[in-house]
Amino acid sequence: MDVSQYLGIFIDETRGHLQELNEQILILEKEPENEDTINEIFRAAHSLKGMAGTMGYKRMQRLTHDMENVFSEIRNGKMKATPNLIDLLFRGLDALESYLDIIINTQDEGTEDNQDIIDGLQKVMEEGLGTAAPAAPAAPVSPAPEPAVQGKHLVLLEHELLAAQKAKEEGDNVFEITVFIQQSCILKAARAFLVFKALEEMGDIIKSVPEVQDIEDEKFEFDFSMILLTKKTQEEVRTAILNVSEIKDVAINLADFSTAQQTAPAGDVSAPAGEAPASQGAAAAAAAPAPAAKQAQAQAKAPAKAAVNRSVRVDIEKLDDLMNLVSELIIAKNGLASVNNDGEKTARDGSFNEQIEYLERVTTNLHQSVMKVRMVPIESVVNRFPRMIRDLSKKLGKKMDLYMTGEDTELDRTVIDEIGDPLMHLLRNAADHGLESNEERIRLGKQEVGSIFLDAYQEGNNVVIEVRDDGAGIDVEKVKQKALSKGTITEEQAEAMTDKEIIDLLFRPSFSTAEKISDVSGRGVGLDVVKTKIEALGGNIETKTTLGEGSNFIIRLPLTLAIIETLMVELGNEKYAIPLGSIETIEDIALSDVKYVQNKEVISLRGSVIPLIRLDQVLDVEHTDEEPTSLTVVIVKKGDKQAGLIVDNLIGQLEIVIKSIGKYINNSKLISGATILGDGEVALILDVNVLV
Amino acid sequence: MDEKRSEEIEQKQYIVVKLGSEQYGIDIQYVDNIVRMQRVTRVPKAQPYFKGVINIRGEVIPVMSLRIKFGLEPDEFKNATRILIIKIEPQAAIGMIVDEVKEVITLGEESIDKVSGGNDEKSLYLSGVGKQPNGLVSLLNIPAVVMERESAM
Repeated sequence: MDVSQYLGIFIDETRGHLQELNEQILILEKEPENEDTINEIFRAAHSLKGMAGTMGYKRMQRLTHDMENVFSEIRNGKMKATPNLIDLLFRGLDALESYLDIIINTQDEGTEDNQDIIDGLQKVMEEGLGTAAPAAPAAPVSPAPEPAVQGKHLVLLEHELLAAQKAKEEGDNVFEITVFIQQSCILKAARAFLVFKALEEMGDIIKSVPEVQDIEDEKFEFDFSMILLTKKTQEEVRTAILNVSEIKDVAINLADFSTAQQTAPAGDVSAPAGEAPASQGAAAAAAAPAPAAKQAQAQAKAPAKAAVNRSVRVDIEKLDDLMNLVSELIIAKNGLASVNNDGEKTARDGSFNEQIEYLERVTTNLHQSVMKVRMVPIESVVNRFPRMIRDLSKKLGKKMDLYMTGEDTELDRTVIDEIGDPLMHLLRNAADHGLESNEERIRLGKQEVGSIFLDAYQEGNNVVIEVRDDGAGIDVEKVKQKALSKGTITEEQAEAMTDKEIIDLLFRPSFSTAEKISDVSGRGVGLDVVKTKIEALGGNIETKTTLGEGSNFIIRLPLTLAIIETLMVELGNEKYAIPLGSIETIEDIALSDVKYVQNKEVISLRGSVIPLIRLDQVLDVEHTDEEPTSLTVVIVKKGDKQAGLIVDNLIGQLEIVIKSIGKYINNSKLISGATILGDGEVALILDVNVLV
Repeated sequence: MDEKRSEEIEQKQYIVVKLGSEQYGIDIQYVDNIVRMQRVTRVPKAQPYFKGVINIRGEVIPVMSLRIKFGLEPDEFKNATRILIIKIEPQAAIGMIVDEVKEVITLGEESIDKVSGGNDEKSLYLSGVGKQPNGLVSLLNIPAVVMERESAM
């Protein structure tokens, strides 16, 4: 066993702890006296330190250790959470996050010491405590041992007894240790392993109940016991064990052999746990895994990809649902097979159709269940925004608050991974351009502190995310002037444009109305990137704004990317799928109704002029026969733009599974993917957004 | 003795395929599967040597014509025509159309000559030439064949 197999857990938990620290420190900033928060912070920091230590990430451990010291002083009421300190702590969290990023990619923590942050923390400590000694005693690391926990008494075999007695004679302590793991713990074996790992650093484990092998196989309840021979004290051992997270409690007793003398220094046992044993214990735990981690790192060098796989935690109920559906699928298959065996007789009386319907029902349910498994609450993306807004607020010197709702709205994992950046950009925009300065707001009779809202909710087959602010709103006139001066539009165009169209100009590449460029926003690479990204995810973005009252960016995203409804069409003898979402209507147009505008074919439909696109020419399809007398035109839309796609034949509506066509083949973006039809043939999916 | 020797000298297995009158060797570690010629769905605007995509057990896989890539006569699909499914990375398979799959050969390093700097299109795709009792086999540098050179785009 080496620690690398626990890397996944480590990363998950570190993320969790960092997020928690971020949230709690944000609260601490507002309520410096909140004791619960301070305790939570302390607990999270402590677990983080222990985990980093066990995994052998020393730099990370050192930084958390120093941060923990500060938290501990705050907890003891010896220091106040000054704004300066909070800033420093946030910087520390950022540094820890970058350690984590490096670990995810390389399994190693990198070489950045972040000495400036550590020095800063030391300095704050010294100032805060009014002493020059940074090594001031810290608070007890673990709560006082609970007498309620009863350890198990282990019966030793003869040779084990001998070993224990010998150790005792040599002055080692012989402890009977019983470790209790939290009932909520998912990977008990991993925890147990980390405990063993830590203890093996300190001495010899001569016996464990159950056997080590059984523990590795998770064949134990929530507790396990062992006999440890060590030179360390009881408190040191306790600290090392409690450093492993999700350990509920531990009972340590001096093993009782009537023949041997009690050599344990009683003073150590009763002494309050001080700073020294705590750090020693953790350091000892850290020392050994280091070579193991190095080894793992050497192994990991071959694959150049990130060392850790992406994973989704799935509720067991969802998996049960899936299992049920798969069994139903098998029943349906058997049903079909038996219908087939019975031959034509049953085929005629409709039981074949019945089975097909059954199969259809099962596959639809299966589809929904699998989708649910892929769904992740949007919380995992948005929970870092409060911190971001806080930083922005400081940087921009504007007071603002972020209000979020609907964090539990679920989206497909692929969308979740991509949506973070666009949202971040919109929030930055709102903070920078949207909200007026505090003085301006007071002058306008608004509340001094600006508000930014992030609301997520489900609407039919879409998830809607709104980024709203109560700032100045978009000045349409200003945008128009800017567009004119930049030459994006001409005077005539400007006259004819509606307000909505002018606002849409903001989403054009290299268009920024920010008067001055800051590193927050205003580089003109903003909104167009947001829009492209969202469209790539199959969504769209809409803007609503009222001058002087604020603006609202509304993002609509599909629930899933993997399966879509399409219209299958035929061109020559090739089949293509057009996503139903972008189709408006299907028209039969007589050839004589086709008009020409600037040498381009157009049709006039219900008052609007729609350009025609001959798909066979765009896609280089071989011509089959001569021009027919009427054209089948699929009217598609992209935003407000419409176009008519001329196709040879309509096949029908089909729900398809989207597959990638691989990265090696060029397709000039006309093709967004492929799908496999019922007969095994591959059909390509047209990307209407590129065509129109 | 013999055992020791075979450990020292690196032996590699190659699948020998025919393109026209020439024989090419493909390192067996890249070959995931060999399938018969099947219906290929054309992909518009793709590189000329990509014939399109096929369906292999529910995966959509692009298929290239080695003949077109190497500047030979276009393929004629016969009974012996096969598609080699090549996997360089997991998740990214690619098919290669060949006239015929002949045999699997084992070559030691001593029977492979490195190609010395030819500059034409084809020699870029070769990693060496294998000497065989029944003729020479050009060994393909599969990653080079698969990867689109950015400059050529």
